[in-house]
This record gives sequence, structure tokens and C-alpha cells, in this order.
Amino acid sequence: MNSGTVGDYQTKATLETFGFLPKLTAEEVQKQVAFIIANGWSPAIEHEHPSNSMDHYWTMWKLPFFGETNMGNVLAELEACRRSYPDHHIRLIGYDAYTQTQGSCFVVYEG
Amino acid sequence: MSSSKAYEAGVKEYRDKYWTPDYVPLDTDLLACFKVTGQPGVPREEVAAAVAAESSTGTWSTVWSELLTDLEFYKGRAYRIEDVPGDSESFYTFIAYPIDLFEEGSVVNVLTSLVGNVFGFKALKHLRLEDIRFPIAYIKTCGGPPAGIQVERDRLNKYGRPMLGATIKPKLGLSAKNYGRAVYECLRGGLDLTKDDENVNSQPFMRWRDRFEFVAEAIDKAERETGERKGHYLNVTASTPEEMYKRAEFAKEVGCPIIMHDFLTGGFTANTGLANWCRDNGMLLHIHRAMHAVIDRHPKHGIHFRVLAKCLRLSGGDHLHTGTVVGKLEGDRNSTLGFVDQLRESFVPEDRSRGVFFDQDWGSLPGVFAVASGGIHVWHMPALVTIFGDDSVLQFGGGTQGHPWGNAAGAAANRVALEACVKARNEGRNLEAESNDIMTQAAKSSPELAIAMETWKEIKFEFETVDKLDVA
Repeated sequence: MNSGTVGDYQTKATLETFGFLPKLTAEEVQKQVAFIIANGWSPAIEHEHPSNSMDHYWTMWKLPFFGETNMGNVLAELEACRRSYPDHHIRLIGYDAYTQTQGSCFVVYEG
Repeated sequence: MSSSKAYEAGVKEYRDKYWTPDYVPLDTDLLACFKVTGQPGVPREEVAAAVAAESSTGTWSTVWSELLTDLEFYKGRAYRIEDVPGDSESFYTFIAYPIDLFEEGSVVNVLTSLVGNVFGFKALKHLRLEDIRFPIAYIKTCGGPPAGIQVERDRLNKYGRPMLGATIKPKLGLSAKNYGRAVYECLRGGLDLTKDDENVNSQPFMRWRDRFEFVAEAIDKAERETGERKGHYLNVTASTPEEMYKRAEFAKEVGCPIIMHDFLTGGFTANTGLANWCRDNGMLLHIHRAMHAVIDRHPKHGIHFRVLAKCLRLSGGDHLHTGTVVGKLEGDRNSTLGFVDQLRESFVPEDRSRGVFFDQDWGSLPGVFAVASGGIHVWHMPALVTIFGDDSVLQFGGGTQGHPWGNAAGAAANRVALEACVKARNEGRNLEAESNDIMTQAAKSSPELAIAMETWKEIKFEFETVDKLDVA
């Protein structure tokens, strides 16, 4: 084998779902918020210092936004959370009350 | 003594007692649908009644001791006969069994009755158990999946997407340390889970204890370096239950979150016991299905896989292999969707277009992840995400470890493809129609994916399905 054709794959520290995609643009985040709302899930925001990212529980940013159907409000809350905790990871969650799981969960901003 | 009957020795026609077309099944009855192919010249009703009798209380001759009990209460009843679409030789018969014929919580007992001696009955050319409706009263007596989909997602922190796995290759022959290396490379590259091949038990080249220790280190290192939760299905299938439990205990001791069992070769008794152990010990249970095609592939004889899948959900398992539809192994799309529903949903309505013969209420029994594994690669990703949805494990063995740069790059390629598909689906795009565009776009930021797409672009497995659904 020609060693020049084989790449050196370097391990990435990632944060689960969408961790292998390029950082989502504002427009792309908005589409995922729309997906959460369209499914009838409750949007929620959590943040945590990167040193604790493996914990099951991250700190909640306020309460989940039960009944929220306005994408703009959710995006504004993401920004507000980021201003308050600029060095934290911030993730967006869609709580599915029927299956009691998170129908969606991905990190929007890395600390 | 007007209610008692006189004893008459001899042979009666089965249909006198076991063909009851006016019977309305009870909610507590266990219902079964068989596809029956009788010997030429035997009336359908007689064949159907014979199946009901031989799978419940009857035998070929009247016996005096029948009169000591109320067989009207205990007997199975053939209550309906239907044509098989597109097949003049066979027919469906529907049989209702009283719940008291079966020991609580024992799919072993149910199968011993329903697919016991009756399958060797001379009056039948072929017999196939197509579906069982388990009454909710019976389901409530079964333990089911040790954790279930929701609990597994919470333990492993995997949300909003299918999980990604791979069976470690070569399937036989690696030493424990080299095997652990292959596991580590897959996990550091972005897989969530890796799997022992079903053939891997404890052979001379790699004893189980050595494998468990090296794999545990591989998982631990990959978790520390990636910041994600990882697992490997340690196969504890063994020659005896005692040995199986010994291995399960050690898997727990080394900190692996999940173990694995082959439910058909190991048997339902072993499987149910192991599922109970997993529930008591906080372990997840992956179920492989070696031997299933021997039982379920012939369209006229045996047991359809949807029945085996239902029995597994009752016996207990958190993952079950279901085929891929698109890969190297047999699997009709609608039929596969039919039994995938049985694994995951809390209620599945009758739907003949998917081969589902009965409404099935699963009550609060936890759901089982559908596992798609066998001859799949990155180009199949859009179809797999569409077919199987989020509550699945997509396993790319050769499709990960056959990558020109090795396992880690292969894993990353699959992870990028998976996440690109999930993201596109969430955006409302049609994955199967736009697969080229979605994959090509994703490969722009991932040289690993671009190489994988180039490597496997020509590989397809296009053969006719042997076991098709019955349609006119």
C-alpha cells in the first residue's frame, strides 16, 4: 500500500448528535427548532461548563418552553443563554412528553 | 345426569369439535393465524380443525379421561378460514386458544403448544404460523425488554437519531488484544456501539475473559477521548446457563453497559432468564437471531419472523436484528416494517399490507430497538434512515472496517452520513429522492465520507425476495 494515500484520522471530541457536522448556521438551527415545534415537542435549553459535559444533567436555562410555537422566541432564548454563559456548551432539546424521551437534542454553541 | 356425556371409544372427525365458525373470540384468547397446505382431498374445515386440536387439547383418538374435565372450556377453536391471495393450494386458518392453556410469562410454553407436534402432522403438507395475537392479560405476565428504548437512550445519551454500530471483523480468528484494537478504532471514529460477531463465544484463539477485559479498556479510552458514551455488545451466549451467567457477571464487573445473546440457538428459556438478570443488574441486552432463516424463510412452512419478533419482545431484549431491506440479507420492505412496528409501538393495528393479521396491544411493555445489519454501506444511509427511523441501530461492519483508511475513518464516514441524513430529514427533505445531493454535500466537509462513497459506489444486492407477502 502506498502510505501516502492513507489518511491519519484524528480522534475528535464531539458532543453526540450533529457533533460530526460543520457547525450549524443560524438558518439551519432555525429549521431544527421548526422541526421540534412541528412535532409538538417542548423546546428546552441547557448549558454546562465543558469540563462537565459527560454529566447526564446539564443546568437548565429557565424552564422548558412548554407550548411555545414561536421559533423566534426560542432562538432569542438561545442567544440570551449564550450571553449569560459564553464559556458553556449550550444545547437545544425537544422534550417528547408522549414517549418521555428527547426527540431532539444537539449542541448549538460550544463553550 | 343430562349434562354429562357418554364415553364412546374411537376416532372422530376433528371438525365436529374443533371447527366453530360461529365462535366470537374473547379479549383474553390467544389468537393465531396459520397458513395451511393440506394433503390433497382433505376438506379445509377438517384440516383447520385438526390444527386447532393438535395444537391444544386434542389427540387422534377419543380418550375416556377427557370426560373428567370440561374440554369445551380448554379446547382451541378454528373459527375462520380465508383464501391466501394468489395461492389456490393454501389457506389461512384462525384459531382461538383460551388463555388458561398457557403458563404465565412463558413464550416457551406458548410455542411448545402452537408449533409443537402439529407441524409434523401427516394430514398437512405444509404449515406456517403467520401471526399471534397475544392478549394484553398475557402480556402483563411477561417481563419484556430489560430496559427498553427510552431507558437505553437515557443511559447512553443518544437522542434524535438512530444509533450507529458495527460488528467487529474478521468475525473469527483475532486475538483478544487485536480485537480490542478494532473496537477502539471504531468507537474513537464515531460509532456508538460495536458488536461481537454471533460466532464469537470463547474459542481457543480468543477466550471470553481476555476479550471482555481488552474491550472494556477500548470502551473506556474511546469515551474519555471523544466525550461520548460508548458500548460493545459482549456476547455471553454459551453452552450452559451457568457459563452464560458467569460471563454476564464479568461483563458487568468490567463496566460494559450491554451484553448480547442469540435467542434462537440459545433458546427462549436461556433468553428469558438472561433478560431477567439484565433487568436486575442494570445491563442492556442485544439480541441476535442466528437460525431464524431456517425457521422463517420458507413461505409455506415454519414460523414467520413477525411471530419470533413478538416472542422476543415478551421474552426480553433491548435490540433485535430485523434485516436491512437494502443490504445483503433477505427482507421485504412492507413485511419488515410490519414486524419493526411490533418491536417498538405500544399498539399495532391489523394491516394485511404489512402482513399484520391482528390488532396487537402491547400495553406498557418497553420497546425494542430494531437493528439493521448486514451488507450495508454509506450509500444505503438515506434509505435506512427513512425505513427504520430514529429508534434503530444501523450497523455497518464491512462498511466501517473496509474503509481504505481503516476503522476510525470508516466510522467517521458513517457518522457524518447519518447525521447529514437526520438533519436533512428534520428539515423536511425527501432522503431517498435527494440522497445523491445530501450525501455529496455532506462529503464536502468530510474526506472520510468522500472516500467511503467512492469505495462502495457500485455495490448493490439486488435479488428477488424469497419470502414475499401474499398478494393476488
